[in-house]
Amino acid sequence: MTPFNRNFGQGRNTKAVRLDMNWKELTKAGNIYEPGNAATYETGDWRTIRPVWNKDRCIHCLICWRYCPDASIISTDGKFDSFDYKHCKGCGICASVCPVHAIDMFSEDEIDRREEARKNEE
Amino acid sequence: MATLKELAKVEERFVGGHRLCAGCGHGISVRMVLNAAEDANVVVGCATGCLEVASTIYPYTAWNCSFIHSAFENAGATIGGVEAAYKSLKKQGKLDKDFKFVAFGGDGGTYDIGFQSLSGAMERGHNIVYVCLDNEAYMNTGIQRSSATPMGADTTTSPAGKVVPGKQQPRKDLTAIMAAHNIPYAAQTAISNWQDVHRKAKKAFDVEGPAFINILSPCPRGWRYNTPDIVELVKAAVETRFWPMYEVENGKWKLNYKPKKYVPIEEFLKPQGRFRHLFAPGNEHMIKAIQEEIDNRWLALLERCGETPELPPK
Ligand SMILES: Cc1ncc(C[n+]2csc(CCOP(=O)(O)OP(=O)(O)O)c2C)c(N)n1
Ligand code: SF4
Ligand code: SF4
Ligand code: SF4
Ligand SMILES: [Mg+2]
Repeated sequence: MTPFNRNFGQGRNTKAVRLDMNWKELTKAGNIYEPGNAATYETGDWRTIRPVWNKDRCIHCLICWRYCPDASIISTDGKFDSFDYKHCKGCGICASVCPVHAIDMFSEDEIDRREEARKNEE
Repeated sequence: MATLKELAKVEERFVGGHRLCAGCGHGISVRMVLNAAEDANVVVGCATGCLEVASTIYPYTAWNCSFIHSAFENAGATIGGVEAAYKSLKKQGKLDKDFKFVAFGGDGGTYDIGFQSLSGAMERGHNIVYVCLDNEAYMNTGIQRSSATPMGADTTTSPAGKVVPGKQQPRKDLTAIMAAHNIPYAAQTAISNWQDVHRKAKKAFDVEGPAFINILSPCPRGWRYNTPDIVELVKAAVETRFWPMYEVENGKWKLNYKPKKYVPIEEFLKPQGRFRHLFAPGNEHMIKAIQEEIDNRWLALLERCGETPELPPK
């Protein structure tokens, strides 16, 4: 699995926060000056099951986009584009609400094992 | 009504990277509500609770818009104060952009500890939207009962044991209490019908004066159901009439959905671990009491909405 970014303060304008930081270096009142910078904090490795898209079945209704709690369905021009695997937590809701079963959930362990086996064969 | 194709083009105001549990209802509810503000400038406030704690872990914020912290008990006063300051700045000519103001609170932060703060803000008539994300217990501190917890639910402070089978009291009807403030708009909605959530949120943002929306926002941890089934579960809450969808606009009550047939409450209770004990022999009286409570409330609601007070056909 790709390593996930958990380093503090990786946002564009976010002052990096280090564990050895002096309190005087923190922003006043703990203010955060970059809206939505949580996007730079990756939660994808919470996932134990992974949603996989079946392009041929998808009718681009975007119901999955509507119901993802983690805004991890990326759409382009009103169509399903891809999963944001850096943030998707693998809750399985998208697969459950898809009216045409165009999303399947696979075990991350299984995906890793297959990936490993494929690499070993090469 | 805008289509999902159009709505998906609205800038995301609640981004991934927040630390809510996988499948948490709050993420869905918040995204739906904020999406309905379309291209407006929005200021969000939050009562302490899972949503606030998980979305603003320093130095990160999942809010892709202005956000203000408040304590557990004063989200109503905080967002009302921000709106009053905004009005003053506008009057003084120090600000020309337009803003909308919305506060989110959990059921603990809304039905219980934040109640007087909310009631005051509504009575003062601020131009705000207050959204209660009702997951029927104090989840962020480990599932304690609140006045929104349904009768029979097992929580850490209403534990189901040999003598007492879970919470003994029925829920408080907060939406009706908010309507009694005679505010321009009060509504109850459910994510199983996204069009209903969208329409109500849009209306709440559009009306002049205070608006209140109550959303059932399941917590897979506290309710103990199969996480992917969230929409099915909320659908069951609506079909069993446990969570009716209605709105009160300028004093006029309107029912938004009437189930076609009588669906017994077991359909909602059964998939959830917090009600498992109710299905043990000897606890039949609890399910009966819960059903009676629901039927009575339904009849009263129909009457208020000017509909014939009768139960759906079995
Ligand atoms: C005055 C005060 N008392 C207690 C707490 C501890 N506390 C933080 S969140 C919370 C529970 C929140 O429950 P709810 O409002 O239902 O939101 P949820 O987490 O369920 O979404 C409590 C008791 C606090 N922050 N402030
Ligand atoms: S819900 Fe299913 S069909 Fe609809 S856009 Fe998502 S994957 Fe495609
Ligand atoms: S599994 Fe859950 S978090 Fe991941 S894309 Fe689907 S709905 Fe979103
Ligand atoms: S405990 Fe419940 S309400 Fe809190 S983040 Fe987890 S699922 Fe959501
Ligand atoms: Mg709660």
